[in-house]
Amino acid sequence: MPAVQDTIDRVRKIDVDQYKYGFQTEIAMDKAPKGLSEDIIRFISAKKDEPSWMLEWRLEAYRRWVTLDEPKWARVHYPKIDFQDLYYYAAPKSTPGPTSLSDVDPELLRVYEKLGIPLKEQEILAGVQKTDVSEFEEASDNVYKSGRVAVDAVFDSVSVVTTFKKELAQAGVIFCSISEAIREHPELVKKYLGSVVPTSDNFYATLNSAVFTDGSFVFVPKGVRCPMELSTYFRMNEKNTGQFERTLIIAEEGAYVSYLEGCTAPQRDENQLHAAVVELIALDDAEIKYSTVQNWYPGDAEGKGGIYNFVTKRGDCRGDRSKISWTQVETGSAITWKYPSCILRGDDSSGEFYSIAVSNGYQQVDSGTKMIHLGKNTSSRIISKGIAAGFSQNTYRGQVSAHRKATNARNFTNCDSLLIGDQCGAHTVPYMEAKNATAQFEHEATTSKISEDQKFYVMQRGIPEEEAIALIVNGFVKDVIQQLPMEFAVEAQKLIGISLEGSVG
Amino acid sequence: MLEIRNLHARIVDDGTEIIRGLNLTVKAGEVAAIMGPNGSGKSTLSYILAGREDYEVTEGEILYNGQSILEMDPAERATAGIFLAFQYPMEIPGVATMEFLKVAMNEQRKARGEEPLKIPEFLKRVKDAAALLDMDMAMLKRPLNVGFSGGEKKRAEILQMKLLEPKLCVLDETDSGLDIDALKIVSEGVNALRAPDRAIVIITHYQRLLQYIVPDSVHVLYRGQVVKSGDKSLALDLEANGYAGVIGQAA
Repeated sequence: MPAVQDTIDRVRKIDVDQYKYGFQTEIAMDKAPKGLSEDIIRFISAKKDEPSWMLEWRLEAYRRWVTLDEPKWARVHYPKIDFQDLYYYAAPKSTPGPTSLSDVDPELLRVYEKLGIPLKEQEILAGVQKTDVSEFEEASDNVYKSGRVAVDAVFDSVSVVTTFKKELAQAGVIFCSISEAIREHPELVKKYLGSVVPTSDNFYATLNSAVFTDGSFVFVPKGVRCPMELSTYFRMNEKNTGQFERTLIIAEEGAYVSYLEGCTAPQRDENQLHAAVVELIALDDAEIKYSTVQNWYPGDAEGKGGIYNFVTKRGDCRGDRSKISWTQVETGSAITWKYPSCILRGDDSSGEFYSIAVSNGYQQVDSGTKMIHLGKNTSSRIISKGIAAGFSQNTYRGQVSAHRKATNARNFTNCDSLLIGDQCGAHTVPYMEAKNATAQFEHEATTSKISEDQKFYVMQRGIPEEEAIALIVNGFVKDVIQQLPMEFAVEAQKLIGISLEGSVG
Repeated sequence: MLEIRNLHARIVDDGTEIIRGLNLTVKAGEVAAIMGPNGSGKSTLSYILAGREDYEVTEGEILYNGQSILEMDPAERATAGIFLAFQYPMEIPGVATMEFLKVAMNEQRKARGEEPLKIPEFLKRVKDAAALLDMDMAMLKRPLNVGFSGGEKKRAEILQMKLLEPKLCVLDETDSGLDIDALKIVSEGVNALRAPDRAIVIITHYQRLLQYIVPDSVHVLYRGQVVKSGDKSLALDLEANGYAGVIGQAA
């Protein structure tokens, strides 16, 4: 059809340089020398004033890492990374560690202002509005009606500020940078760090264990419902610097917390490495909701530059009736290698994975989840929506397994892919393994293209082409958007629209 | 308001010529019926008016208020005031009808340099229009056209037409798939839109719809041309004697 041909032609001229957050900031930085060695790890540990057990933990991971090879099984292609050609530590000189807002370098504050991230506690997240036809939406059970969000802002290797700490502390919630937690709450960190993703887990997780520089720490004690949305905002600024953040979230018996992370980086020709580890622990009757809006720089129209996003995220439903829910909106990064997973250890525990992965230009996405059913009567649900445009490759890779003791394990998986143009690819790689005869696994998968009929119909109502595509795509991903905290759903929808700009003619 | 001069158009894919020298003029305030046997090019004409890319105009001109629209894309034509009520409205999964209406109305307002509608005003307009078409507001929370019955889809088309306030309305086989009650309601909805500054083009296979929406002119389309034009009595004549007589004269 001619319209399709036209679309393909325009896709060839694709312009993914619409990235809004590509600016870089000149800030005096304190850096470790380039490269990785035991000395560099000692340097990082000393900079962070860490206790010796932490240094030992890092060194052990490093010694393990040098024996490992990079994983090759994902459907992504990139030149070999020279791990000695990176900086492993870069911190703004002016704010060597978390401080109060009044101590933060005004230049840094301007960066976050530009990104729309509220660091002043009286502000609410920029651009957040209630959806207009809310009268017609079902009543949301969102508890955070005030729109207030506590933010931990991580700039390159360090956390620069964490807001609402006092108010959270009154509720018994600890929300701080992981560096501060190592110093202030060593007993909690010792008990839980590495208990979900061990230092030996995989190449990138092991690397992260050796060199992680900052990240967030959340502890919600027994019976406490965290009184506000928590969020961490990651910004990579410095050239040739890897960002290795470490996040640890613990919800004790009956606790509830909802947490969101956002990420952006400047537009650069070189690739930048981001290798994070996130560990979630939910004890009996606890619930953790973890949402990600990932908008790292995806590279330019020719596929030059962009972030390599190699991330290990895992939640442990350690207690009975516990629940962990992952929601991710992935629009950025040149390469995404990411499988937020749940270990359903407690009886009657449940895990969820809701994902929207949008790829355009030359982006490569290999993402999905693992649901490991160990306890009795455990259930999991996977809803994955992949949208591929341009020359991108978009793979869903998922594993669902039931241990032989996991009686009545249930899983429902639904993977839908939407293609825009015919130069892109969508792939679904599901692994399923049931060692218990009572397990019930269901899997549905579809692949479709946006039909010219649909597009014509929407445009005939006066909606311009790109808005028409965005409307249809947002309809396609609606099931997942509904899982996001209300404050971020609108932003996520806009972001999806921006990511697909230039993808159609 | 609408002037089509010696229009020739073909399917881009295989080059088949569907419209072969069509002439038609519709004035503001006029309701024109276009009739013709299957395959005469009626639906194709509606798609070409709306700017569908599958068809290529090889010769001739389409003037809307004296301006050529051939270089405009479907959204630009819609914003200029051309509305097509589809024979087979498309399903848009995940997009609530209400949301769709809001986006469409506000996009058109934006293109005209107007402010987006305030929510109370938007809701009032939708409620009033829906009441007129005997539509349940609960239906408007459902994704557009998804799981709608044939009659519901056609009503939703007329609802959109009413809310978008177009100047040139093209209704493609709006009567197909409607029972007699729905036909009456839809017809009343269309009649309510008759106005001195608005033209309505009704494409239909049967005279049935024209009992409810009485046209000012009737045009018979055959093999991509208007072969005969007349007043409403022409439709009755066709109903009684079939197309054979008219087509015979043309052939």
